[in-house]
Amino acid sequence: MAVQTVANTADATGSTTPAPDLGPAAALSCRECGERFPLGPIFACVSCFGPLEVAYELPAGGPEELRRRIEAGPKNIWRYAPLLPVPADVAGKPSLNPGFTQLVQADNLARELGVTGGLYIKDDSGNPTHSFKDRVVAIAVEAARAFGFTTLSCSSTGNLAGAVGAAAARAGFRSCVFIPHDLEQGKVVMAAVYGGELVGIEGTYDDVNRFCSELIGDPLGEGWGFVNVNLRPYYGEGSKTLAYEICEQLGWRLPDQIVIPIASGSQLTKIDKGLQELIKLGLVEDRPYKIFGAQAEGCSPVSAAYKAGHDVVRPVKPDTIAKSLAIGNPADGPYVLDIARRTGGAVEDVTDGQIVDAIKLLARTEGIFAETAGGVTVGVTRKLIENGVLDPALTTVVLNTGDGLKTLDAVAPTSGPTATIRPSLEAFRAAGLATD
Amino acid sequence: MSVTVRIPTILRTYTDGRSEVPAEGTTLAEVIADLEKNHAGIAARVLDDAGKLRRFVNVYVNDDDVRFEQGLETATPDGAGVSIIPAVAGG
Repeated sequence: MAVQTVANTADATGSTTPAPDLGPAAALSCRECGERFPLGPIFACVSCFGPLEVAYELPAGGPEELRRRIEAGPKNIWRYAPLLPVPADVAGKPSLNPGFTQLVQADNLARELGVTGGLYIKDDSGNPTHSFKDRVVAIAVEAARAFGFTTLSCSSTGNLAGAVGAAAARAGFRSCVFIPHDLEQGKVVMAAVYGGELVGIEGTYDDVNRFCSELIGDPLGEGWGFVNVNLRPYYGEGSKTLAYEICEQLGWRLPDQIVIPIASGSQLTKIDKGLQELIKLGLVEDRPYKIFGAQAEGCSPVSAAYKAGHDVVRPVKPDTIAKSLAIGNPADGPYVLDIARRTGGAVEDVTDGQIVDAIKLLARTEGIFAETAGGVTVGVTRKLIENGVLDPALTTVVLNTGDGLKTLDAVAPTSGPTATIRPSLEAFRAAGLATD
Repeated sequence: MSVTVRIPTILRTYTDGRSEVPAEGTTLAEVIADLEKNHAGIAARVLDDAGKLRRFVNVYVNDDDVRFEQGLETATPDGAGVSIIPAVAGG
């Protein structure tokens, strides 16, 4: 694969970037205009501002050989190293080793929702810091190593801050992360406990993001790897591992339908990219699949654009309990619209009340305590079935991207003891708790 | 009206490496036209062929995203700070 050499090979500091060892990654490619750039800590196209993503030299050999190689790998995301922008020896480096989380066959929930074609929860609360962000951060850490950064940073709604703090601690980086000042306490504690710098910004996530974007271009940010800004093209690739795992765990088979939460939309677009790669490599049979996007009504710019038939997304000011999805200006929104329409899926939203109901429904039926984003995907799945949009006769995978312990506030007002009694058999009998 | 425009790294080839440059104009459209006069080529990077802001560029006048205001017709008061930033989101 020929890589076009362009004039702009300098990084944000103006210094020339040495050729990094990022395995099969061959170049960065603009999603808008297709212009290609050498691998480096850059994230936007110099011609059109379009987002850059990693282009690969696909692995040699046939699908059987690749499948054997993957299955012989460790039980974490590094089993997919041949398809990721990481060095071949990545599994031996200090890492939280996220991934290969459970794909839970959710028969109880399926009965409740009337799904007959098989319903699965991809439960990413099982990652080391209890959210899918460990996947993307692990890839960004390898890029940070390759580009010689010593400080890991990010703008975050909480989950990412914790993932960066933990990964930096393990991998030996300094960390300094930025969050909105009013996040859920659970997420603040999880971000702080790993010992890095944690900075609350007075504003919304979009304000935090803007601040970090400006810091990148300033000498003050020199030597800093922002996992979701200047390392974003690599970071985003971590979400592909969700697609790989889902298919492998289904027996190297594509699901018919996937319901994915939308914050910036990056995760959804990368899961689609991962599925397309598996098809191209011959690891799964090429057949149709539908991708559904899920938002909270209080921050639903992509859902609104989908329903209005628009191909651009008008930013909003978020107001929802699903703070990890509260990105009012989702950069990948237009791509989400393209993917939902191309695959025959849809984008839908649910109210805060429906999110809480869905968290409890998933907990009650499957013993999985989801964070609010998981409530959004389960709630949207229920709504899509009720509206006749999602086909209950097809195999459906619903993502839970994080742990409910991080967003206790959402369910605390309506969750508590069902009874409080004196420690006596009489009181127990009087409370009507004995089984018949 | 005189404003200060913050230039992202990928546009600094047009400003001799400077991260901030002055510009004149009472609206964002006028500011971009003035930038183009002094830094030829920069407008085509920020605006698409139809003359609209490219969809992956964010522009702020002081702290306000111009898409919440009047887009290219957003007023640029004297002394305002204008920031041009590649769109990026996801935390």
